[in-house]
Amino acid sequence: MNSTPIYEARGIVRSFGSVRALQGADFDVRPGEVSALIGDNGAGKSTLVRILAGADTPDEGEIRFEGAPLTLTNPTDARDRGIETVFQDLALANHLNPIQNMYLGREVMRPGILGRLGFMERAKMRAHGVEAFASLGATVRDFDGAVLGMSGGQRQAIAVARAAAWASKVIFLDEPTAALGVVQTKGVLDLVRRIKDTGVGVVLISHSMPAVLEVSDRIHVLRHGRRVAVYQAKDTNVEELVGAMTGALDGREDS
Amino acid sequence: MSVKTESPTQQPPQTPDKRSLGQWLRDGVKAQAMQIVLVWLAIIIIFSALSPVAFFDTVNFLNIAVSVSILAVLGVGTTFIIITGGIDLSMGSVLVFSGVVASLVMERMGDGEGWGVAITGIVVALISGLAWGILNGFLIAKAKVPPMIVTLGTFGAALGLSQVLTGGIDRRAAPDVLVDTVGFGRVVGIPVLVIIATVVVAIGIVMLRRTKFGLHTEAIGSNAEACRRVGINVDRQLIKVYAFAGFLAGLAGLLNLTFFRSTTIAGHSLTNLDVIAGVVIGGTSLFGGIGTVFGTVIGLLIPATLRNGFVILGVAPYWQQVVVGAFLIAAVYFDQIRRAAATRGHSKPSLVSRMFPNNRKDR
Repeated sequence: MNSTPIYEARGIVRSFGSVRALQGADFDVRPGEVSALIGDNGAGKSTLVRILAGADTPDEGEIRFEGAPLTLTNPTDARDRGIETVFQDLALANHLNPIQNMYLGREVMRPGILGRLGFMERAKMRAHGVEAFASLGATVRDFDGAVLGMSGGQRQAIAVARAAAWASKVIFLDEPTAALGVVQTKGVLDLVRRIKDTGVGVVLISHSMPAVLEVSDRIHVLRHGRRVAVYQAKDTNVEELVGAMTGALDGREDS
Repeated sequence: MSVKTESPTQQPPQTPDKRSLGQWLRDGVKAQAMQIVLVWLAIIIIFSALSPVAFFDTVNFLNIAVSVSILAVLGVGTTFIIITGGIDLSMGSVLVFSGVVASLVMERMGDGEGWGVAITGIVVALISGLAWGILNGFLIAKAKVPPMIVTLGTFGAALGLSQVLTGGIDRRAAPDVLVDTVGFGRVVGIPVLVIIATVVVAIGIVMLRRTKFGLHTEAIGSNAEACRRVGINVDRQLIKVYAFAGFLAGLAGLLNLTFFRSTTIAGHSLTNLDVIAGVVIGGTSLFGGIGTVFGTVIGLLIPATLRNGFVILGVAPYWQQVVVGAFLIAAVYFDQIRRAAATRGHSKPSLVSRMFPNNRKDR
C-alpha cells in the first residue's frame, strides 16, 4: 500500500454562526486503502465530507490533493479531479434506468451535427455501462428498467458503482449501508473492497462499527470537530472505537 | 435409441442486449401509452359498428385529425413541461396573443397578400410565443414561483394584453397565401394542418426519447437534486423546456389564425384544460419523470373522437364532456396505482386486474 496520502485535509475550521462544526480537523486517505471516518452525531463528519467533496468551503485550513494545495469551489471541481461522492440519500433519478443514471450529466454525444442536435451514443454508453457495472461486480438484473422498482440494495449498488466508475482518485461513501439488510450490506461492502483494489482511495463514513472494522484499513475518529484518533482496523475493536468517539478513552494517534 | 440429439451448446449464444420481439411487444402493451391506444381503438370500433357509413370514413377521420392538430402542437410542449413536474395553464392565452400580434403586424404591413407579409407574420407569432415561454421559465426556475401560479398569471396577462391590443375585437388579417396553404391547404389529400402537427409530434417524440434534452427533462422531473449534484444546470434546462413549449404555442397561434381566419380571442379560455387532460390521459404523470408525446396525441384523439362520434350518432355532444371527465380521473387513478406498484418494486398490475381489483393476485 502506498503510504503517501492522495487527499489530505489539515486544520480545517468551519463555523456556522456560533456553531463551530470543525475546529482544526485533519484527515487523509491513501490510494488503495479504505479510510473510515467515524464520530458521534454532530462530530463534524458531514461537514468535513461536504468540504472535501467541494460542496462547502472551509473558513481555515488546507486541502492537499496529490501533494499540491487545492481549492474547490463546487462539486464539479472535485469531480473533474476524479473525486466522487455518494451522498446518503442516493441521488439517483428514479425514472431513469441504471445506464442513464450512470451517464447522467456526462452523456456521450454523437460526433458531428447529430451530436450538436443533442443525439447521444446510446449503444456505446450502454455497452460501457454494462461493462463498468460488471467489472465492479455490481449485479444489476435489469439495465432497461427504471431504478424506482429496484430493491434498496440494488439502488445503493448502482449509486456506488456509478460513483466508482467515474472516481479515478478518491471516492466518499456517506452511510452506504444505513438502510440495508444483512445480505445487501455484505454486497455493498464487497463492492467497497473491489473499488479499493482498483487503487482508488475510499473514504467510508458509517455508524456501523462492524462494517467499519470489517472493510477499513484505517479508522479516523472525529470528536467535537477534531480528529482525536487514528486506528489501524486490525489492531482495534468496537469498545476502543466507541471510547474514542465519546471521549471515554484517551485516543492515541498513529498512522 | 441412439438418436443423435442436438447438443444445447450448439445453439447460438443468447444476446442479452437485444430484447426479443415478444418481450418488446409485452413491454409495449404494458406501457400506459399502448393501453390507451387500445382504448382509443375500442372507441373507434364501437362507433364504426354503430355508424359504418358516416363514421368509418376517410373524410371523417381527417376531420378528427384536423380538430386535434392545433391541440397536438400545444400538447407536445405541455408533455415536456409536465414531465419536469411542472404545469402550464398559459398556452391557450399565449396562442391567442401570438395570433393577435402576428395579425396586427401583418395588417400594419399593408394588405399585401404575398409571402413576404406571411413569413413576417410566422416569425412574429413564433417569437411572441417564445417570449412568453422564456418569461414562464425564468419566473419558475430563477424566481422560484410555483409553475401553477406563474402560468396562471401569464394565462391572464397574455389574454389581457391581447384584448388591450385589439380592444377586445377579433382581428381577421391573415394573408390568403397562408390561409390557402396552411389553414386549408392539402398535400396529396392530407390537410397541411395535420401534416404540420404530425411533424411537430414526430420531432417531439425523437427529442424526448433520443436526445440529451429529453433525457434531462425526464431526469429533472424524476429528481432535480440528483441532477444538480451531477452538474446539470437545472434552471437552464427548465427555462429551455418552457421556452420550447412557448415556441410551440406561438406556432399553434399561427395555425389557429390561418384555420379560423380570426384571432379567436374568446375561444381559448379552456384550451389549457383540454390539453392538460389529453397529456394526462396519455399516461404522462403529473408528478413528473415519465410521459410520452405519443400518449398525449392519443389522449387528445380520444375526446375528439368521442365528440365526433356523438355528433354523428345524434347523441347530445355534451355527453362527450362527461365521458372525458371520467377518462381523466381514471387515467390519474391508474397512474397512482402504477406509481405505488413501482415503488413497492412489484410488476405493474395488468389493466384487467386494475379494473377488477377483486381479481388481483396479490390480495
